[in-house]
Amino acid sequence: MTEPVTVLDPTSEATPGQRSLNPRPAELEGLTVGLLDISKPKGAVFLDRLEERLTAQGAMVRRYAKPTFTKPAPVDLRHEIATQCDAVIEALAD
Amino acid sequence: MYDRGWSDGLPLVPPTRERVLRMLDSTSRSGDEVVALMPPNLVDCTVEKVAVNSVMAGCLPEYLPVVLASLEAICTDDFNMHGVLATTMGVGPVLVVNGPIATRIGMNSGVNVLGHGNRANATIGRAVQLVVRNVGGGAPGGVDRATHGSMSKLGFCFAEDEEDSPWTTLAEDRGFDRSVDVVTAFCGEGPRILVDQQSRSAESLVRMLAEGLLASVSPRTVMGMDGLLVLSPEHMARFSDAGWNRPRFMEELEKFLMVETDGILAGAGGIEEGLPPALAGLTLPKFRPGGLLVVHAGGPAGLFSAIIGGWVNGQMGSEPTSREIIR
Repeated sequence: MTEPVTVLDPTSEATPGQRSLNPRPAELEGLTVGLLDISKPKGAVFLDRLEERLTAQGAMVRRYAKPTFTKPAPVDLRHEIATQCDAVIEALAD
Repeated sequence: MYDRGWSDGLPLVPPTRERVLRMLDSTSRSGDEVVALMPPNLVDCTVEKVAVNSVMAGCLPEYLPVVLASLEAICTDDFNMHGVLATTMGVGPVLVVNGPIATRIGMNSGVNVLGHGNRANATIGRAVQLVVRNVGGGAPGGVDRATHGSMSKLGFCFAEDEEDSPWTTLAEDRGFDRSVDVVTAFCGEGPRILVDQQSRSAESLVRMLAEGLLASVSPRTVMGMDGLLVLSPEHMARFSDAGWNRPRFMEELEKFLMVETDGILAGAGGIEEGLPPALAGLTLPKFRPGGLLVVHAGGPAGLFSAIIGGWVNGQMGSEPTSREIIR
């Protein structure tokens, strides 16, 4: 029998906080839905259509955009969406 | 170690306490010092965690300061490692080492410089990526969404051949003294070789290099993506024979990197990809000012240079970032 080898942990040893998604709204009437454009070409094409569909179902739509698609959305923007909207849809693009 | 998800696919050196302590001996920095806030999970990354991953990558202890400086360079808002990791484009940190440390730790700047066979070149870049994976939590299929990926995601590190270069070094060009050890991180894909075996004059070769560079990333990008040109010694000789220094070379090259936008508008030539109509009728440079980095490296024989295409540049994407290497 050989001696067991002890190795050191290469990970952060931190457990990322787990957050669950909000329950899906049963209906959209009267809710505020945020549409987040990641600022890539043609993202607005998709979001414009979603806005039409959501508005037709009685939802109020607010539009947001990331400063650049290459970086995470700034904290202020995330806070703005979280406090102003009941739901959010983020669009990819191209 | 594979089962725990610690590997990039290659075998790892078990990070035993003894090996990690020996690794830590090579830096004056304390093991519990925080090197960077590591994306994508944005967790504190200590010198000790870097040492553990460097052991696993196969680094010798003397490589650790280069790994630490590389991580400091990429974990900045300028370099934007989060975006570099997450993008569907196959890019990663390309690390260029300048200064006396390159020779001292046995880095390769010559034959097969961008390929295999040198422990420092192969393991420093790998260690950096293992830290992003294991400490930051950035693994392929998770936050890393690359469509194809590239070898620059496995680890891409090399040294500039300074000794045989008639020019100032990349680090000098970026404001450092030649005596200082520096690593420069460039967000790039794998290298592609540009063949020119017939040019005997600087005037001919500079035109050929420009033709190759115009296709970097896409022939239809201008100013939005940076580039890294690795000039081989034989190609460099065309310019040194003509008495061209680095500024002269850049000046001449830029003349042939001007693009008439009408030829690359969306729809031009039956291709839907391209610039928006608002940019019609202009002449623009392929690279933004300072957006083309040039280094001298490679084996003594071979009339090739290498082009490493970049990614979205500047504050909208990734800025080439240099850091002094501190022992």
